[in-house]
Amino acid sequence: MSAMRPTVGLFVTCLVDTMRPAVGFAAVKLLQDAGCEVVVPAAQTCCGQPAMNSGDRSDAKSLARQVIKAFAQVDYVVAPSGSCAGTIKTHYPELFDDEPEMAAAVADLTERTWELTSFLTTVMKVARVDGRYDGVVTYHDSCSGLRELGVRPQPRALLEGIDGLSVKEMEMRDTCCGFGGMFCVKYPEISGKMVDAKADEVLATGADTLLGGDLGCLLNIAGRLSRRGSRVRVRHVAEVLAGDIEETPPIGAPRS
Amino acid sequence: MQSTARVFPDNAHRAMGDVNLQASLARFSQGFPVKRRLAIDRLPEFDSLRDAARDIKNHTLENLDFYLERFEEKVTENGGRVHWCADAESARQTVLSICRESGAHTVTKGKSMIGEEIGINEFLEEHSVAPIETDLGEYIIQLRHEPPSHIIAPAIHLSKEQVADSFREHHAEYPADRPLEEPRAMLDEARTVLRRKFLQAEVGITGANMLVAETGSIVLVTNEGNGDLTQTLPQVQIVIASLEKVVPTLEDASTILRLLARSATGQDLSVYTTFTTGPRRPEDLDGPPAFHVLLLDNGRSRMLGNEFREMLRCIRCGACINHCPIYGAIGGHAYGWVYSGPMGAVLIPNLIGVDEAGHLPNASTLCGRCEEVCPMRIPLPRMLRKLRDQQFEKKLSAKPVRWGLAGWAFVARRPALYQMVMQIGVAALAALGRKRGRFRWLPMASGWTGARDLPAPQGFTFQEMWSARGGRRQ
Ligand code: SF4
Repeated sequence: MSAMRPTVGLFVTCLVDTMRPAVGFAAVKLLQDAGCEVVVPAAQTCCGQPAMNSGDRSDAKSLARQVIKAFAQVDYVVAPSGSCAGTIKTHYPELFDDEPEMAAAVADLTERTWELTSFLTTVMKVARVDGRYDGVVTYHDSCSGLRELGVRPQPRALLEGIDGLSVKEMEMRDTCCGFGGMFCVKYPEISGKMVDAKADEVLATGADTLLGGDLGCLLNIAGRLSRRGSRVRVRHVAEVLAGDIEETPPIGAPRS
Repeated sequence: MQSTARVFPDNAHRAMGDVNLQASLARFSQGFPVKRRLAIDRLPEFDSLRDAARDIKNHTLENLDFYLERFEEKVTENGGRVHWCADAESARQTVLSICRESGAHTVTKGKSMIGEEIGINEFLEEHSVAPIETDLGEYIIQLRHEPPSHIIAPAIHLSKEQVADSFREHHAEYPADRPLEEPRAMLDEARTVLRRKFLQAEVGITGANMLVAETGSIVLVTNEGNGDLTQTLPQVQIVIASLEKVVPTLEDASTILRLLARSATGQDLSVYTTFTTGPRRPEDLDGPPAFHVLLLDNGRSRMLGNEFREMLRCIRCGACINHCPIYGAIGGHAYGWVYSGPMGAVLIPNLIGVDEAGHLPNASTLCGRCEEVCPMRIPLPRMLRKLRDQQFEKKLSAKPVRWGLAGWAFVARRPALYQMVMQIGVAALAALGRKRGRFRWLPMASGWTGARDLPAPQGFTFQEMWSARGGRRQ
């Protein structure tokens, strides 16, 4: 690795790839601005979390092997998601605990893997990102990022550089939004109740924008907010940091 | 207790429609977590105590046979008796035969989850012994013939008014129009009624929060003092406890006590913490002449030998339940058996079978808040995943789920195919949803769209755009 320009392999994540590529491009811009060379290995699909959380260890392992291989050459692996980065960092070692011969490759990958905002602040030492966003923002800390990777101060620190933006925190900011991957379709009624409570929290702040670092949760909360007729704009934090808000309407909003 | 875990979704549905329950849950979800936080902030060494407690329990479980035998020796030395019970049936029979020997008609009971687990009340009633619950919450649900809905707050699902109604119905000796609006009035009434029972009972049954191997003591923690009256007034005391309750020393017990109440209710210590060692000695002023301890296995030794051993560190503080958003949405009865919340979702399948209770480990977002607060550092989400692994291996998960997963994984393992499929899929979806930016309904996606809109995708995949823009691949 060149100390000056590390090569970062972007782990796009399946949700960003399919539902909101804008988040991926925002991540690329932030990484490049921070001085990284960004590559996107073609042989990536999904980190395997849906299989892992459904008890399907064998498929989860195949997908994990695919990730290990696809990202073998880069200095860092960065994902615009705490959930996917958390799967790689905290769960791959568990997944392969019965295959000691995989331990070295897994450890090598987990050490290089980061969630986007924590990579920017911790590894690239980005102190501030300049930009402008006019709005009062509330921030949803996604559970895996928060508890598996300790992502909470990093996105907030980065948002401090954005002019016109102020943050209004939710009362119960560390409760789950009810997404939970397959959970939300397996137990839709319970999930619906949880996301409704989260929507209440968001609305109670009076913020006009909800940001977060995980598209799964954001799709869930945005979907509930729009079902309730709310006008709160929902975006991935990378979009605001990268200044990519003109091009792409907020999550779930019509193209104007 | 007969399990209804199999119909968990129906139970949950009913619970979410129960106005009283929902009001109670809304109050409850604010209470304990806040108090716990405050209590912990006052104790800087809390996290190092957690490590110490985890190590104590790990060591004990490692040497469980040794400590249990030592406990038995000590109890015997003190003049008490230990009964080893492999399962619920043998525990019930043992309790009954002790009651018969002592000619008991009335038995007072302190709150005991093991009592619930073995269904001791129904069993004693069937055999003409009247069990009287003396913990206020347990007393209330006994009147209402309901199981507890929380391991430390068994009647948390009820409103004041529901409790008052039950008192009016069952305490016929009081005038029907007496005022019972205030909790204080209900408390006083329960106290008077229970006081008579305390004096009447020939046998007292309690659980145990811990068993101390070095002294043969049992440790009982309550907030109402009912446990002490249950232990000391009758002629015969029976303690029912599961194997993993043992700790090596008094010192170890106090380490765990420092975590227990703080994690449970946010108290520094519960109001009463009682160490009881053997039957009444000649110089004692009170206490029962006969002292029995039932050590119940009921699935514990199996867990000791498998990947769920860590669950045996559980001290039943309820913190994981108090912080669980699923419990907060549906309450405890929906889980369908004695326990609830994250600890229940791990324990119940282990105790009554993953085929019976298969929903429970799945009905979780694995958000990890339980593990974050568990004083014994039990990796609850990891245990839930392990149960899911078991289900998948045994092919217990629903067929459509398994097939869907297999199809998806087949494609996801082939990046080129995957990218083509996704490209076509999102283009089609975006074409349908372009105008509104979201879907209110989609075929086969009603699980999602029942409660929320589905934001429409942008219409192209990141991967195809990256290629189109000539982005670097390696
Ligand atoms: S699992 Fe942990 S938090 Fe839950 S009841 Fe047991 S000790 Fe308490």
